[in-house]
Amino acid sequence: MNPITRRDFLQASGSLVVSVAIPGAVATALSQGISSSAVLGGKPPLLPDQLDSWIAVLPDGSVTAFFGKMDMGQGVDVAIAQMVAEEMDVAFDKVSVVMGDTATSCNQGGASGSTGIQLGGVTLRNAAAEARRILVERAAKKLEMPIDRLVVENGVVGVLDYPLMRVSYGELIGGKHFHHRVEWNKRYGNALALKVQAKPKDPSQHKVVGKSFPQKIVAEKVYGRAEYITEVKVEGMLHGRVIRPPNAGCTPVSVDEGSIKGIPGARVVREKDYIAIVANREWDAVRAAENLKVTWTAPTAPFPSMEKLYQHIRETKANGKGMPVNKGDVEAALKGAARVVQAEYEWPLQSHASMGPACAIADVKDGEAQLWTGSQKSHFGRAGCARMAGLPPEKVRATWVMGPGSYGRNDAGDAAHDATLLSKLTGRPVRVQYMRHEGTGWDPKGPAAVFRGRAGLDASGRVVAYDFHGKGFTRQEMATNESDPKDTLAGQLIGYTAKPTIIFQTPAELYEFENKRHGWETIPPMLDRASPLRVSHLRDPLGPETHFASESFIDEVAHAAGADPVAFRLRYLKNERHATVVKVVAESARWQARPNPGRGKGDVMTGRGISYTERNGTVVAVVAEVEVDRRSGRVWAKKFWVAHDCGQIINPGGLRLTIEGNVVQAVSRTLFEEVRFTENTVASIDWASYPILELADAPESIESVLIDRPEMAPQGAGEPSTRTVPGAIANAIFDATGVRVRRVPITPERMKAALARI
Amino acid sequence: MDQKISFVVDGKSATVNADPAMPLLYALHAELGLNNPKFGCGKAQCGACTVHLDGAPVRSCVLPVGAAAGKRVTTLSGLGTPEKPHPLQQAYIAEQVPQCGYCLSGWIMTAAAFLKNNPKPTDADIRQAMTGIKCRCGTHMAIMRAIKRAAQMAA
Repeated sequence: MNPITRRDFLQASGSLVVSVAIPGAVATALSQGISSSAVLGGKPPLLPDQLDSWIAVLPDGSVTAFFGKMDMGQGVDVAIAQMVAEEMDVAFDKVSVVMGDTATSCNQGGASGSTGIQLGGVTLRNAAAEARRILVERAAKKLEMPIDRLVVENGVVGVLDYPLMRVSYGELIGGKHFHHRVEWNKRYGNALALKVQAKPKDPSQHKVVGKSFPQKIVAEKVYGRAEYITEVKVEGMLHGRVIRPPNAGCTPVSVDEGSIKGIPGARVVREKDYIAIVANREWDAVRAAENLKVTWTAPTAPFPSMEKLYQHIRETKANGKGMPVNKGDVEAALKGAARVVQAEYEWPLQSHASMGPACAIADVKDGEAQLWTGSQKSHFGRAGCARMAGLPPEKVRATWVMGPGSYGRNDAGDAAHDATLLSKLTGRPVRVQYMRHEGTGWDPKGPAAVFRGRAGLDASGRVVAYDFHGKGFTRQEMATNESDPKDTLAGQLIGYTAKPTIIFQTPAELYEFENKRHGWETIPPMLDRASPLRVSHLRDPLGPETHFASESFIDEVAHAAGADPVAFRLRYLKNERHATVVKVVAESARWQARPNPGRGKGDVMTGRGISYTERNGTVVAVVAEVEVDRRSGRVWAKKFWVAHDCGQIINPGGLRLTIEGNVVQAVSRTLFEEVRFTENTVASIDWASYPILELADAPESIESVLIDRPEMAPQGAGEPSTRTVPGAIANAIFDATGVRVRRVPITPERMKAALARI
Repeated sequence: MDQKISFVVDGKSATVNADPAMPLLYALHAELGLNNPKFGCGKAQCGACTVHLDGAPVRSCVLPVGAAAGKRVTTLSGLGTPEKPHPLQQAYIAEQVPQCGYCLSGWIMTAAAFLKNNPKPTDADIRQAMTGIKCRCGTHMAIMRAIKRAAQMAA
């Protein structure tokens, strides 16, 4: 990629009818001479109430959709293109989707909460329907025909019975703006919604939605041609590397700049407790960061020893609590129960450990700034960059460029603030790429938690009381949207203070028990400033944790009642969609009633378990088949069956791959992943100290049944199947061995120890 | 001390002026501006930086650039092109493998060398051969399908 200047980029954004997200593509666009001369009337301001903020038609009739979210690899942009193509009656390959650039799209909340289609896509669907309505109206005037005689096919408006009368979208508006106002709900972020006059198509008319289309970017990636955030180069940029303390919470006493004297061009940049290296050449920055001698304050043991993590959670005074489900009188019913089942479960801290550590490039100069980021929140990141640089947000452009894997608030949000701070301090564009110890050791962590279930059964085995309680770190020790330096390592090191948001999770299920309670408590951070163990969103925040526990526990209750786990769940599920996924997955897996676990014989024991969960309107049930090797303790999560109901399906092929990814990642987290730490700092800092699933551990098969409900609004799919998997594995282990494993990860050592106890 | 070090990358000769101890990755990515391989760990633990050196897969994040002097380096973009694709690249597209795709050099470059020597692998062979290559998005099911498809295509 040729280096481009920040000024070219900023200027490009103001003048193009269709601007683009990737710097290389911007350079191409500029070289092709697309400029404001092709635009008549000037583009209206980039506000949600302008149709032009969402949809543009180019002179050749192709359509660009401007998306204020972005795709992390699951292919949400393909689904958006399908929804837009469908409503506008243009061919799928005539639609391109420009994502995550503050200069071209409104803030739809970034990649967040599996809402790409559910919220973001529905907004684009409405905009596209409105664009079609206006174009047909204009065609009616031009052709002097009533609207009800018009039909649209492949972006051409024609007249019924008059095949020669036609006008294309390109002829009607190509290269020009709609200048049409739409209503919006005045809420930026995920909640942003449009109200338009047009009515989106009836699902029975869908030709593009509901079909599988591939991702075009896959070929670019596979031929090594795709541009990632790590490939963005800006003229005159410095390479930055950040110095982390050897012990968490320690601050620098002195920095020996002489220790890097021999490395050409490398120098130390420091502000308060923040230390970094910049150099002209990347390798020099890396070497200098390795060699720099810093004297730090003494370690203060801010963490409990790792063995005492769960004790710490249990014993620490709660700073927040809630009880969103409280029906009947649980305590009285427990007292009157013939039998009480009780169990506790534990889930560790986990790392995003993205495939590459984060990278960001910032250019703060002359009262303006440009940020390139791989984070899921470029629009909010713009506000964060502005605050860090001391600029008004309108003087900042933030551009998302595909990053090295992202499953929530990972290290990308921190890197963006590092690059901004370093550019501000040096007056040069700065590219920061983290090292592996930062990607694994210093990324925000998924929260650790403990859970307790209690259930009362009557003499017939009927559940008369059900009580489920979780306690752990809030899932937002700092806010997740990157709009404020206080929520980043760099910000905290220069004096900003994060304020945790108290937020936890309770089981998302609809078991109908007459006396039922779901409660939670949170505890404060172990270290409240620049902590490698700070907690934030990791794919399906608190979902796998909570539902590992709740779906294990319901299985324990079923066993206590002497019931088959599928039949037992169905006994208490009255909601049609919820019961359906359980029935469908059981049928798909050819489930056989198994009230008597521990039937596995020999050295390798096989068993099956079921789990079901809901997440924001999406319902999933999973059957897992595992093999447990008695000798080694190894658990192989060998086969999965998934029943998945996310309402209307936009792209079944993409959905199937998304589910596979979620299942495999969840297997990894259930069987392998645990952040290790000492009293002084994080000890999981690379792939050796934070192992994840290898190909040898991948399942043999994952069979998904996709339940399509075209009459329903589309729901999310990016995360929901993640939370269903851990419980299914634990329940399958119980079925195979008769042993309950109540702590994750279920490593061979733990499995072996559990087997030895029986 | 910097030295002039020359080698061939994807069929073209290249020269960098660098410390011979610098990892090859920095020469390829930062100095020569190639889009791949990727920096994943700098410790040869993940595979994202894999290239072929005279046809054999190496982790460029730990291999000193001096060790590449006079040799042939092949990156993912040199393995095949849309006009002349490698079977693994075709299979990866057919199976739509990538989520983020940052790991691709690890899997494809390692699998390409493996399939060359093991044209008819079993599932177990493939699982074993790919030990140490990481994918964080969890695309392993599609990876298995793609490697098997590529083996069939080449057969």
